[in-house]
Amino acid sequence: MQEKYTLQMKDINKEYYGNKVLKGVSLSVKPGEIHALLGENGAGKSTLMNILFGMPVIHSTGGFSGEVFLCGEKTHIKSPKEAMELGIGMVHQEFMLVPGFTITENIKLNREITKDNFISRAFKNDSLKTLDIKEMKKDTRKALDTLGMDIDEWARVAGLPVGHMQFIEIAREIDKKGIKLLVFDEPTAVLTESEADNLISAMKNLAASGISILFITHRLDEVMQAADNVTILRDGELVATRKKEETSVSELAELMVGRKVEIIPTSNEKDYRISTDNIILSIRNLKVNMPGEEVNGIDLDVRKGEILGIGGLAGQGKIGIANGIMGLYETSGDIVLKGEKLELNNTKQSLKKGLAFVSEDRRGVGLLLDSSIEHNIAVTTMQIKDKFLKKMTVFNQMDNKAIRQHALKMIEELDIRCTGPSQLTRRLSGGNQQKVCVARALTLEPDVLLVSEPTRGIDIGAKKLVLDLLVKLNREKGMTIIMTSSELAELRSICDRIAIVSEGKVEGILKPTDSDRDFGLMMAGQYHKMRCKEAK
Amino acid sequence: MNEAIKRISDRVGLPRLIISLLFFSICVMALILKLPASSLISDVIRRFGMFGILALAMIPSIQCGTGPNFALPLGIVCGLFAMTITIQFGLTSLIWGNGFWASVIIAIPFAALAGWIYGMMLNKIKGSEMLVATYTGFSIVSFMCIIWVVIPFKNPEMAWPIGKGLRVTFALDKSFAYFLNNFLMIKIGEIIIPTGLLLFFFGTCLAVWVFLRSKIGVALRAAGDNPKFAQASGIDVDKCRIIGTVLSNVLGAIGIIVYAQSFGFVQLYLAPLYMAFPAVAAVLIGGASAKKAKISHAILGVFLFQGLLTVALPVANQIFSEGNLSEVLRMIVQNGIILYAITKVGGAD
Repeated sequence: MQEKYTLQMKDINKEYYGNKVLKGVSLSVKPGEIHALLGENGAGKSTLMNILFGMPVIHSTGGFSGEVFLCGEKTHIKSPKEAMELGIGMVHQEFMLVPGFTITENIKLNREITKDNFISRAFKNDSLKTLDIKEMKKDTRKALDTLGMDIDEWARVAGLPVGHMQFIEIAREIDKKGIKLLVFDEPTAVLTESEADNLISAMKNLAASGISILFITHRLDEVMQAADNVTILRDGELVATRKKEETSVSELAELMVGRKVEIIPTSNEKDYRISTDNIILSIRNLKVNMPGEEVNGIDLDVRKGEILGIGGLAGQGKIGIANGIMGLYETSGDIVLKGEKLELNNTKQSLKKGLAFVSEDRRGVGLLLDSSIEHNIAVTTMQIKDKFLKKMTVFNQMDNKAIRQHALKMIEELDIRCTGPSQLTRRLSGGNQQKVCVARALTLEPDVLLVSEPTRGIDIGAKKLVLDLLVKLNREKGMTIIMTSSELAELRSICDRIAIVSEGKVEGILKPTDSDRDFGLMMAGQYHKMRCKEAK
Repeated sequence: MNEAIKRISDRVGLPRLIISLLFFSICVMALILKLPASSLISDVIRRFGMFGILALAMIPSIQCGTGPNFALPLGIVCGLFAMTITIQFGLTSLIWGNGFWASVIIAIPFAALAGWIYGMMLNKIKGSEMLVATYTGFSIVSFMCIIWVVIPFKNPEMAWPIGKGLRVTFALDKSFAYFLNNFLMIKIGEIIIPTGLLLFFFGTCLAVWVFLRSKIGVALRAAGDNPKFAQASGIDVDKCRIIGTVLSNVLGAIGIIVYAQSFGFVQLYLAPLYMAFPAVAAVLIGGASAKKAKISHAILGVFLFQGLLTVALPVANQIFSEGNLSEVLRMIVQNGIILYAITKVGGAD
């Protein structure tokens, strides 16, 4: 029976430092099948592929358990090179091409066809052979034709549209002899719609020629268009495997998101905490030029006293919003804070006007790693509000006593586990580092606190502490909080409203109690399309 | 045993440990060779004060994130220029500290202006500061070689008796030679302690320390430590880098004036060309890296580096008395230390 499958992965388990990222996942792909692998960021898709390709990161972290069968034979792939030799190819999300080389040179890189010349004969050395450009061009032409690309095989890669580069990657993979399985890692993420359509038809052609395709994506309509079967992962678990004919976009959306954390019961206090008509921060047509997280015109109103969540998939622009408001990346649009227009692209003004920001890049932006906890907590407020300074005639001096006092207070309030306020932040655990970042933001006594990815890279216990802290600040101090997070479950557990961002725009605003289906559709950018269809 | 050595070297820093051991062993050799200890000690102290401020000039530039200031000659020529002005216009009365204070006062605006322009340039080439700085230093020295020739200063103290331009070296006998060294000088037996020189050095250290603990100093350190963090805290990173560069440049100018008065001579033309290297080497040996430096690193580093050189020279002289082999040896030792220190740019500890 097993011969029927090109690839079978059975009961795959993997843990990183005690953190289980894959729990008994199985996957089977038949020859000529397009199999979609669907899941949110962090669902375990990449880890599964890393196992398939025998990436060093898997072996250096203790390997995995489970079995991999290739064409019915049990295999244990130890390196990407071995995977290649076994006929598994990968089309990368970032293009791995040499821009200055021609298409042919890129496709044949390190697999050049050569012919003998008199020097190589004389020295009996293969690396002195001449390139057989004619043969190489012929092969390339064949590969490009398979993909339906009428482009000169001797054109340089630099300057080609991104869609073409994607195809060249594919051409390189299919040019390899004996390719059995091709993995596409979110191939349509950077493509325009028509390019994506081309790609999908090319994939179907390839599948028809007997190559199996594993298609990783989170665009639901493409799954429906292209795939024969769908496997859905969530939190490292296999949720479901569906045949295309038996499922629908909305079912897939629901399965992808799922319910993971129960919601904190909403009590009555919430009702008077937020007044619907008291808008503290109003954003109109915000555009932020943050590489990889571009925002293309967002309108958003933040009510005083609420916790507003901003969710969405990676790369869709949710991270850009807070960075744009703080003026860290080039921004245009209108932001009105407490009835006053906020000057854009000016971090100092944003901070002075009562905004504070906990960056998503904790170690890169959030902390002075080689400075003490107390210094980290005090430094921003010192610069912005002239606090913690002793007045002197020429140079106002740092007031160590005041800084120490404040730091001790913060350490106690936020329960930062450390050896003392003079400990370097580099030596703290992720959760405690995050608390120092929050303490630094709180020291500014902001009206609106922007928190990006507060739980990224910290363990589960600490996650809960950080989230509880945010809720406590909101309830006890009435602080308005805008929390950006990739983890939907987290947003749904503490936010009053959740704005879902897709392709740099707000797809919609949901209540945490809304259905999984709606969340899933919005994250995939399909909500409005579906609504339109339903209306018809 | 190995553990213990590792722990000590981790705490003290390997370069500091090696240089300290070398210094110690050369001192022992000096004793064995029966070199006059008192004059050696006096020399070490004098050279410590003489080079101190030049090394101190590295601290603000490293802390603001532009790395060790290899463009120190830029500050140095500002100081030299100030001294020629002082001599030319005869500002050498006692009110002007025989010309010392006059030189310092004249040097500061020149050095600040040059540092400001240079700082703006550094902001355009973030990431390759060290190499650009080195060649900025070289270029400005060459440029000033022209200036020293064409400048219409005629004071016989420093001009060529015939022809145009200033001499390569001129004495400060009639102005402020040993002005600081002789101030409150103490003699303990044979050992001479140049109190004024040390007071001035430590006073400057104190001033820099006070500055770095001020609001602007804290901003400067944050900008150097993590520019992204600084930006997110509303700190103007580019401005901080300019301030750090200006301060470093001013310290370089003051440093050369202190150096000249202690030396008794002013050296023009190519003399400043390689002056940045001993200063950089000193702070690196003192425990600094290209990214982190403290004032204590400058003080300790200058002591070790200059101490080592001062003692190594007569020791070498004793061992190799033939010709100027000892001078060659001194060059090997000095450049060896610099080379070693520069390999430690990435971080001493």
